Amino acid sequence: MTQTTAESPVRKQRAQLRVRTLRTDRWWLAPALTFAGLMSFLIYGFWAIFDKSYFVDPYIAPFSSPCLATSCPPGARFLGLAPFGDWYGLPPGLLILGLPGGFRLTCYYYRKSYYRSFWLSPPACAVAEPHGKYTGESRLPLILQNIHRYFFYGALVIGAILTYDAILALVHKPGGLGTWILIANAVLIMTYTLSCHSCRHITAGRLNHFSRHPLRYRAWTFVSKLNAKHQPLAWASMFSVMIADLYVRLVAKGVITFPFA
Amino acid sequence: MERHEYDVVVIGAGGAGLRAAIEARQQGKRTAIVCKSLFGKAHTVMAEGGAAAAMGNVNSDDNWMVHFRDTMRGGKFLNNWRMAELHAKEAPDRVWELEAWGALFDRTKDGKISQRNFGGHEYPRLAHVGDRTGLELIRTLQQRVVALQQEDEKLHGDPEAYIKVFAECTVTRLLKDGDAIAGALGYWRETGDFIVFDAPAVVLATGGIGKSYVVTSNSWEYTGDGHALALLAGAKLINMEFIQFHPTGMVWPPSVRGILVTESVRGDGGVLRNSEGRRFMFDYIPDVFKDKYATTEEEADRWYDDQANNRRPPELLPRDEVARAINAEVKAGRGSPQGGVFLDVSTRLPAAEITRRLPSMHHQFKELADVDITREPMQVGPTCHYIMGGVEVDADTGAASVPGLFAAGEVSGGMHGSNRLGGNSLSDLLVFGRRAGAGAAAYVDGLPKRPTVTGVEEARAEAILPLERTGGENPYEVHHELQRTMNDLVGIIRKAEEIREALEVIEKLKERAKNTAAAGSRIYNPGWHLAIDLRNMLIVSEAVAKAALLREESRGGHTRDDYPGMSPEWRRKLLLVSLTPDESGVRIEEKVQPSMRGDLISLFERSELEKYLTEDELAEYDAAVKES
Amino acid sequence: MGYKAKFRIWRGEGGEGRLEDFTVEVNEGEVVLDVIHRLQATQAPDLAVRWNCKAGKCGSCSMEINGRPRLGCMTRMSTFEETETITVTPMRTFPVIKDLVTDVSFNYQKAREIPSFTPPSDVKPGEYRMQQVDVERSQEFRKCIECFMCQNVCHVIRDHEENKQAFAGPRFLMRIAELDMHPYDVLERKESAQEDHGLGYCNITKCCTEVCPEHIKITDNALIPMKERVVDRKYDPLVWLGSKIFKRSS
Repeated sequence: MTQTTAESPVRKQRAQLRVRTLRTDRWWLAPALTFAGLMSFLIYGFWAIFDKSYFVDPYIAPFSSPCLATSCPPGARFLGLAPFGDWYGLPPGLLILGLPGGFRLTCYYYRKSYYRSFWLSPPACAVAEPHGKYTGESRLPLILQNIHRYFFYGALVIGAILTYDAILALVHKPGGLGTWILIANAVLIMTYTLSCHSCRHITAGRLNHFSRHPLRYRAWTFVSKLNAKHQPLAWASMFSVMIADLYVRLVAKGVITFPFA
Repeated sequence: MERHEYDVVVIGAGGAGLRAAIEARQQGKRTAIVCKSLFGKAHTVMAEGGAAAAMGNVNSDDNWMVHFRDTMRGGKFLNNWRMAELHAKEAPDRVWELEAWGALFDRTKDGKISQRNFGGHEYPRLAHVGDRTGLELIRTLQQRVVALQQEDEKLHGDPEAYIKVFAECTVTRLLKDGDAIAGALGYWRETGDFIVFDAPAVVLATGGIGKSYVVTSNSWEYTGDGHALALLAGAKLINMEFIQFHPTGMVWPPSVRGILVTESVRGDGGVLRNSEGRRFMFDYIPDVFKDKYATTEEEADRWYDDQANNRRPPELLPRDEVARAINAEVKAGRGSPQGGVFLDVSTRLPAAEITRRLPSMHHQFKELADVDITREPMQVGPTCHYIMGGVEVDADTGAASVPGLFAAGEVSGGMHGSNRLGGNSLSDLLVFGRRAGAGAAAYVDGLPKRPTVTGVEEARAEAILPLERTGGENPYEVHHELQRTMNDLVGIIRKAEEIREALEVIEKLKERAKNTAAAGSRIYNPGWHLAIDLRNMLIVSEAVAKAALLREESRGGHTRDDYPGMSPEWRRKLLLVSLTPDESGVRIEEKVQPSMRGDLISLFERSELEKYLTEDELAEYDAAVKES
Repeated sequence: MGYKAKFRIWRGEGGEGRLEDFTVEVNEGEVVLDVIHRLQATQAPDLAVRWNCKAGKCGSCSMEINGRPRLGCMTRMSTFEETETITVTPMRTFPVIKDLVTDVSFNYQKAREIPSFTPPSDVKPGEYRMQQVDVERSQEFRKCIECFMCQNVCHVIRDHEENKQAFAGPRFLMRIAELDMHPYDVLERKESAQEDHGLGYCNITKCCTEVCPEHIKITDNALIPMKERVVDRKYDPLVWLGSKIFKRSS
């Protein structure tokens, strides 16, 4: 904390306070809750990838959609396609997991939340972080966070497929509880995806003259409104996808059996 | 002792100071900016409404002549007409120039600078940014200084080669060589170390004197330093009796009493009501304004949508009228619970519109008073806001009577006459800041040789005194008593016996101030700083009180209970303040106001001038009109 | 309605110092700065505090109250319990001069490192035509009162003095965004935001936004959009390819 370049060393010292923070509120609560929430998602996701009961006509579990391997039951295959042949022996969910996973991993909100709760950098405002050195996202590997917008494109595709899945379910089982859970999930996933900062940038954020692009400006205004709710949408869609996924699996496993399941 | 040599030293880093410094530097002069606060914190940030400039962007009928007329009318014809003329003519250029330096004003539909209505201005005229125009102005000028420094860094390798900011540095004395200015002595607030500037030209841009009053919208810096420094250097002040009390300051909570509620609240539809719910301003329209203001609520309300066919609401009368009206309502027992009146915008505009148009007012009331102005009315009352009086200067160059001394902005006098229109202050800063900077540069160019400073030791000894004394007066107590005295006895409404009483108290306080002691070290010692500032506040307060006692009429920012009328005879007279040779007090002499140039006075109707001018002057007017 | 409040205030000069206890009267409607002024007037005349407008408009009285960066003039005493001890310390990130006054020259240094507004040379004053929607984004950033609390709270420099060289801090990265979004600014600023001013150090943990007394959405509206603009310029092969093709065809 001392500087050697100072013209007068007395002047160049920070106030000496040997405590990490003087905050008196429960500043640790938010990072602790975030940590718990994100951990539950990771653990659930890990289990779901290896769980095989991801399809029960007409529902497909969101974690495993689109199903693109020959190991997928024919009804589960996306548009009937199976580009990955018998040689592919791993769970089909792994094939597509990278897109939504990467989208969330590089999402500006999730970055904030895990930098704070996992890496404690910083755990809360005006609470010292425990690391000796810090370079942030200025070099590898974290500089890779800048590819967020590609994951956004990918996430759009996944969002569209989940919407398609929900519509299929609606067509085949309009009265099913699962159908409506999938629809709710698709809506949340799509709004979360569209509320993304990269999306906001692409619509018109990159322009300096909104007035010359009235349509794009309107899109930007709409996305900006969603973007203000990016954090709640991130959490809502994270839980909705977990709930929808678990629900389909429980139906597939025969745990949930009531008539309108 | 630290010593620096400059061509021009500008004291004060508000709008006027920065604009002066920019001009001096652009003319190739090595310029120092010395300010008591950090760079960019000056009181100019508090200005909310806007900068008046007759650009005619919103109403193309507007031009400099209309602006000139409004300014003279607002000042009750006591203005230095040459200043009012220059101001009206040059303000648009000064505003446009800011835009080229990066300012982002609110826009009209066709992309020009938007202009808003304000009290006393006939057309929408105030260039603004929401209600934080002052901040925009100061930031733009600050960034212009930085841009010049970047230029100098490229050219000379040193960003501070031609313009340097000495922040948190207070000037206590101007230093002279014979009759002429030779420099200044100051101290660093941070260390308490003294610093000498060698400079043939000094521009005063120190702002006002509000800290001599308890209820004021002014910040701690406003201790009348420039006014006092000018007097101590032998210059003269004019119009010191004219102090503007802004009609709408916050009255609650006590700690923020006096903080401004912008006039835009009224310009955008806010109305004043007393405890009986009456829009009382209709009862207070003076005769001179009768034909310009609405007489019914219906007409006033129509004006917001159709300004061409309706007269404006009386809430937008000049500030002195509104302040007196509020004062009268409160005195008559029709005030609000905390001693003000109600300013209501909540029933007049939808909540979203209020937060869009008046964001910082919404914020200020929410955070400081826990009042949501979209739901309930504000309580407001008059607050000491601006001094029209100041250093007597030459209109074209800002030069004071002491060679090498210049002044611009609030510290200079004359431009606003007896009352300043809202919005004319920001444009005043720009127009006369630039002129004073240019005037100083030209003065330096014309000097045969640089002056040498004298009196450094005496000035230093004077400043250090409170620190060396032990067991003296508490400067905070002296200050507090001065504030109460001025507020109660030389406030909005004045009486001869009260002013005399105030002068007696000031005499006693002067003695006590000579004996103040500040405990602690020289490093950032606020008690010591206040003890030094007290000298200035006392000199200025005495000047205000003495001038107020002499002027036996009521005009603009000077209302005498014992002389309620406006007198054409007094309009011809200016009160000139100077320091007695032993520096123990001030004395006042009368000076005749020069007659307005023929082409300017012809801009007015005879019927209007009859309310202000003497018969002799009207005869001159008739001659001027016949000639043209 | 007054009561006696317990205050602990950091006092000292040039780094050396300690927390000192005071008991001081508090009246209804007061803010922390009022209480500090009362201490000055009654108990500690040389207690140093920087302040100016007392209305949350100048950004001078930045300090840390119970460990959180706040403006002293905008922190109402009614937000505390009467029994609570209120701790007031100077901003941590900057060297302390005395008591609550810190040396914020770092910020003025950084301000000077950002190239100024650069309009096209052929537009004269008075000829600027801008639409309201085009200036609104930059106007939000110009609400900044330069209290420097975002600079103070940002862990990049708060916890890592050594990063002060490379990192301009939220306030000045926002200044870059303001200029980059200005309809008339012609300077290329994206590259230098990343290379010279340390935009990459920001890990968008949003403390700057949390402490901003003007409620400017520094992270969402300035820093992230700026990061995205940098991606356009430096990390997006599609945009790069597109601009190559476009340049060639035009």
